[in-house]
Amino acid sequence: MMGLVLLGLIVVLGLWFVAIYNGMVGGRNAVKEAWAQIDVQLKRRHDLIPNLVETVKGYASHEKTTLDDVMRARTQATAAHGPSAQGPAEQQLNGALGRLFAVAEQYPDLKANTNFLALQEELASTENRIGFARQHFNDSVRDYNTRIQSIPANFFAAGFGFAPESFFELDDPAARQTPTVKF
Amino acid sequence: MWEAIARNRRRSAFLLAGMAVLLVLTGAALGATIDPMAGAGAGAVLASIVFLVMWGVSNVGGSRMLLASVGARRIEKDDAPRLWNVVEEMTIAAGLPAMPAVHLVEDDAPNAFAVGHRPDRAAVAVTSGLLKSLDRDQLQGVVAHEIGHIANQDTRFLTMASIMVGSLALIGDLWLRSSRTGLRRTSRGKGQAGLVVLALAVAILAPIAARLLYLACSRQREFLADASAARFTRLPEGLASALEKIGSHVGSMRATNRAVQPLFIVTPLESGEAGSWFATHPPTVTRIRILRSMSGGAGYDAYEAAFRQVQGQGVLDARTVAGGTAVAVRAASGEEAEPQSVVERATETHAALDRLGGYLSITCGCGVGIKVPPGFADDTITCPRCAVVHPVPRAQAAQYQRSATAGWEAFRCACGRTVQLSPGFAGTRVRCPGCGASIAVESPA
Repeated sequence: MMGLVLLGLIVVLGLWFVAIYNGMVGGRNAVKEAWAQIDVQLKRRHDLIPNLVETVKGYASHEKTTLDDVMRARTQATAAHGPSAQGPAEQQLNGALGRLFAVAEQYPDLKANTNFLALQEELASTENRIGFARQHFNDSVRDYNTRIQSIPANFFAAGFGFAPESFFELDDPAARQTPTVKF
Repeated sequence: MWEAIARNRRRSAFLLAGMAVLLVLTGAALGATIDPMAGAGAGAVLASIVFLVMWGVSNVGGSRMLLASVGARRIEKDDAPRLWNVVEEMTIAAGLPAMPAVHLVEDDAPNAFAVGHRPDRAAVAVTSGLLKSLDRDQLQGVVAHEIGHIANQDTRFLTMASIMVGSLALIGDLWLRSSRTGLRRTSRGKGQAGLVVLALAVAILAPIAARLLYLACSRQREFLADASAARFTRLPEGLASALEKIGSHVGSMRATNRAVQPLFIVTPLESGEAGSWFATHPPTVTRIRILRSMSGGAGYDAYEAAFRQVQGQGVLDARTVAGGTAVAVRAASGEEAEPQSVVERATETHAALDRLGGYLSITCGCGVGIKVPPGFADDTITCPRCAVVHPVPRAQAAQYQRSATAGWEAFRCACGRTVQLSPGFAGTRVRCPGCGASIAVESPA
């Protein structure tokens, strides 16, 4: 009888531990997925740029320096790996895009082009997506950190290698600003 | 966030269990009046069967039925890029496993709702009036509210609860019908008369009790979805001003019914006193005031503080509040300041509705946009302004030659369905959304 009670207690404790452990794994995976989403959205922006440059070229081919700047910044941003290299590269791309849209301002035909308008909407949305993906990453990190730091998960977290994740922070507040793609 | 979801799930399970017991008891009580011996058991079994059938049907096609009942039509990205993008942005912000399907309802009253049993198979529907009247920040607020319902699993609860309420009403109805014959046989005994009165009371009161429970819950969920929307968008003012616009619209929705009413962002029917026991939604004015009182940021802690300030009591639980503190508000995009965006939005909305309606659009060289209605039989159409004759683009023998002009293009498949090509379309084949035929697209060299 005593043995049965003991066995039951062990099973219950085991299940309880499994639930806590799976919760922590789920939280860590959510953080990883959220980080991957940021990369997906950055890549999406890189993919839009050649199309945009081609469209602008059709109306303002002599703005060669601005167009080349954008393409060069895109190449650099695509090649950059890791948060430390990505940050400045993306910032440079933002600046180049901002200048491109300032140039486009002077071409009424370009501004009325449906293709350009569609690309403008796509780019504006991509900027939002990057922002929301970063925001979701931070939300996931906050959820995960709260989970592994609160009782009872904090008793096991360190022992099983669940370390708190750090938030996505941009050093320069200006880098948080997305380029204004508006007319 | 998961605390709020877990709590929501627990409460849903509790409420649904309570309603299931109510359902079986009602069935048993009503059955007993028809046949005192075997009636109670039979009634309970019948009630369970009615529920199981309705539950099964709703699991398989509940979302589609609700969407169809208000005339919502599924759209693709090309139909309304702005709406599509906003939904995708909010999917990312909420971290949903998959983007919900996007639907458009042709109705001038601005409104929106979400359906779906699971977060990865949900749908969001907005009316054309909403798409027309809201700027990007406002649209984002409304979509975030709906995505919040999906993420908090409210849509699943509401679908289940509507079935419970529906089952109760159906059983009450069945009893009233059968009792016309049944009562005559059984109402001889004195004890029977008392039982009949009791059953009558149950038949009338049970659906009302169930409905009240369900409505009380539905109202609380609106607040939670508002708090989620503020957190997802980081901009409480977006939803607040959207609610203001939606609330100030005069006239109710044409395409609505009682089944979908609790799902909408603001109640689509003008059903008496808002804020009363029978309201599915809290008063819009209160919701706006809470959102505008969020002074400490866009997190759950700010929403809770604002709610306390306006209502005098809290609404979110402590763990949810602790999970979303110190969230800063972002700057508004300021799109509303531009008057031409109002015209653009209207044009976009009408274009989307035309495309859904199967209209073909041809842009004439003189600048006139010509709309070709579905079922137009001629091979050519004449421009009403400059009298240039245009061929009506059709895919013949599953092949379509793109014209030289860049931009939006549409043609008609052999099955009669309009196929859209976006300006960025660069492929060689396109699949007809109607018949599924693969059509070769030849671009001009």
